[in-house]
Amino acid sequence: MSTESIALPRPREASRPLVDSLHDWVTTVDHKRLGVLYILFALFFLVVGGIEATIMRIQLIRPQNDFVSPQVFNRMFTMHGTTMIFFVAMPVMFGFANYLVPLMIGARDMAFPRLNAFSFWLSALGGILLYFSLVGANGLYGAGNAPDVGWFAYAPLTSQTFSRGHSTDFWTLAVLVSGFGSIGTAINILTTILCMRCPGMKLGKMPLFAWLNLVMAALVLIAIGPLTAAQIMLSLDRYLGAHFFDTQAGGSAVIWMHFFWIFGHPEVYILVIPAFAFVSEIIPVFSRKAMFGYPIMVAATVAIGFLSTAVWAHHMFTVGLSSNANTFFVLSTMAIGVPTGIKIFNWLATMWGGKIHFQTPMLFCIAFLFQFLIAGLTGIMLSAAPFDWQLGNSYFVVAHFHYVIVGGILFALFGAFYYWFPKMTGKMYSEPLGKLHFWFFVLGFHLTFDFMHIPGLLGMPRRIYTYELGRGWDTWNLIVTIGVFFQALSILIFIGNLLWHCFRGEAAGSDPWDAWTLEWTTSSPPPAYNFAATPTVRSRRPLWDLKHPDDPDWKYE
Amino acid sequence: MNSSYTRRALKIIVVLSSSMTATLAQAVDSLSPTNIFAPASTPADTIFGLSIFVLAVTAAIFVIVFSLLLYAVVRFRKRADDDGREPPQVYGSNQVELAWTVIPILIVVALFMATARVIASFQRAEQPPNAVEVIAIGHQFWWEYRYPALHVVTANELHVPVSDPAHPTPTFIKLLSADTDHSFWIPRLAGKTDLIPNRMNHTWIDPHETGIYVGQCAQYCGTQHAKMLLRVYVQSRDEFDRWIQEQSQVSHTGDTASEGQHIFETTACINCHAISGTVADGRFGPDLSHLMSRDTIAAGAAPNTPENLRRWIRNPEAIKPGSRMPAMELSDRELDAVTAYLTTLR
Repeated sequence: MSTESIALPRPREASRPLVDSLHDWVTTVDHKRLGVLYILFALFFLVVGGIEATIMRIQLIRPQNDFVSPQVFNRMFTMHGTTMIFFVAMPVMFGFANYLVPLMIGARDMAFPRLNAFSFWLSALGGILLYFSLVGANGLYGAGNAPDVGWFAYAPLTSQTFSRGHSTDFWTLAVLVSGFGSIGTAINILTTILCMRCPGMKLGKMPLFAWLNLVMAALVLIAIGPLTAAQIMLSLDRYLGAHFFDTQAGGSAVIWMHFFWIFGHPEVYILVIPAFAFVSEIIPVFSRKAMFGYPIMVAATVAIGFLSTAVWAHHMFTVGLSSNANTFFVLSTMAIGVPTGIKIFNWLATMWGGKIHFQTPMLFCIAFLFQFLIAGLTGIMLSAAPFDWQLGNSYFVVAHFHYVIVGGILFALFGAFYYWFPKMTGKMYSEPLGKLHFWFFVLGFHLTFDFMHIPGLLGMPRRIYTYELGRGWDTWNLIVTIGVFFQALSILIFIGNLLWHCFRGEAAGSDPWDAWTLEWTTSSPPPAYNFAATPTVRSRRPLWDLKHPDDPDWKYE
Repeated sequence: MNSSYTRRALKIIVVLSSSMTATLAQAVDSLSPTNIFAPASTPADTIFGLSIFVLAVTAAIFVIVFSLLLYAVVRFRKRADDDGREPPQVYGSNQVELAWTVIPILIVVALFMATARVIASFQRAEQPPNAVEVIAIGHQFWWEYRYPALHVVTANELHVPVSDPAHPTPTFIKLLSADTDHSFWIPRLAGKTDLIPNRMNHTWIDPHETGIYVGQCAQYCGTQHAKMLLRVYVQSRDEFDRWIQEQSQVSHTGDTASEGQHIFETTACINCHAISGTVADGRFGPDLSHLMSRDTIAAGAAPNTPENLRRWIRNPEAIKPGSRMPAMELSDRELDAVTAYLTTLR
């Protein structure tokens, strides 16, 4: 274990011209800088996607509203979904993995630093392509502008017949290009974790964070392939006269759904498994206890990874698959509840008997547990296919998956932001502002997404730009929209808090949380080389061993 | 004496709870005409039964896990008088892990069995010989209904006979699409089933009470997905037979063509619309043979009044932006004439 650092002659930042330091950021291959780039990129698009959501919610605040036209509304939900999944959720997870995996396993960088940079810039290009459609997509017919086919772009709405101009092509290219970036990063994470662990860190001694990101990267490799293939087929349909999805010429709309959801369902786990990873690091530290049932947690994650590749058609319960197929996917989908339940119980057991510190990261993790529980239970309702025949494609589904993505993933992510902010910047954020962010976000989240279930139960389908009077949906939609403003306010507090303290915060020190994993042994922010000397570990909590030489973990593991 | 009090108390409780249940049921019914918890047909009713079971199980899980979470957060919070020592480190327990693996598996098995039964009861239902057969075809952004055995074609407003549970007369619907994906969903009658081009899907309903049931397209199908509304008129057998009788009449009986009819037949109207007994036999738009027998136009986007009809023909964008019907640039005089002609189609 080494905590000292090597004195390198460092150029003084202040004396360098801005353009030089920007150049450093653009050409960097350092995993920490790329991690930060991924995170900033995602934060930018989080704001963009959030604005799109706000526009939709203002339109739906009352029946027969005319804030935006149907065309604009349809573009908004397409862009919102595509942006949030491909250009917020995935990049931010890759950012944290990039930053933290090498630090946690005692490595000096990712396995392939140049591939790392290439992957990031591909993702960035994808995001730019998607938004370039706003100016560049006006095709021959002037029918272009942003894509409006929905984020899962069901055939045949994407065919030349129904989608003229080039908006769909920009969507296809954006997803395709960022997909290549994701594959590069997945290969990088897998290789780094498998080949670059420090001495003593066997697979069974890795922090859970590394294990979960390993499973996530494997899922990316499995899931992105079918999506990429489907996008290429769609382009062939549109420009080279192929008929994969062209129903007017004997193609199949259902095949597109299969391709998309074979990607789409593992994608949910690609996003939620890193969220589990954050929670699995934060809860033990703030409960002051070792993770309960580490081997079971690993096994449950791997089980979720495998099962998640066999449940995709639960997105297709209403497309008229045979009763046998529907029954199979009911079973596989419900089965995934078992390992997920095991995880929730293990986190609870970790808190059980501990001394829980309620700092901002832990608050977000506790809210994560509560909301992820509800999201899981509404997921079970949707997995019962006949119930899904009612709930599917209604606002209940929208509420459910936002409960997963916002209530689960985003809450865990905010926890991670506050937890690792001191490490990444070397500064401490403001705890009162962090708590203010938390409570505003909890309030806004629950106003929006709790009440969003109800119009779904009352028959309101998703993706409608307006609705009839007298359907009993008005009040619920009003409350849902009010919640959005609380969420927006809390996001402003979040950004303000981190931005201000990035420059003006108090020095955090190398280990502000009295934590146990390797990233807290090095300085904050870590030097370019991470560790002056390669660390050696004997247990899953090397810093616990260091701090409690009389009672080290390795005696029990 | 005691027992009489008890009896009276019990009586009050029974009356109260039954009236509360009735009020609750009424409240649930009145929440929305598209409430999935107010079923009025066998498929919706069996789903309702399953959903109550699933809700009960998930609610029980929620109460248990939430209580554990709440207890942990309160009981194991760091106290003000904390001694600063680390709590005892516990690394796991195989017995506990086994318990919270096996119990969820049992719950999953129970939920799965209940679900599988309902899937089979809906998807494997045999079509009885007395069932009414309908073909529903989804279009951007309206519904076409064909009754092949009864030789009736209509649009947007589906008429079906009421089905007495003792002697069911269900309606079996074949679902097709002329363009993009759509989904047929009347929440009080059945769950949704998609209409997918190049594929035939099936659904069925057997409404137990007469009345109008509404719903709308539930699969994003393009610009006007939101105004692709569904109306189902459940009628007594006699009324239904009378409706069929009227709809199978040739609509045009006059010998001389009115000015409106002339304009209709010499403009592009007939490329898309059909009116039985005339040269108009287009198939892209709704059949207008008995237009005035319908309560709404433009797939429910507006009530079917002469004023709305005129407004719609003049500029469809004003009522339903993105609709596939073009404005024909008719003069005011022509508009009046065409509207007058259409209002004769009963």
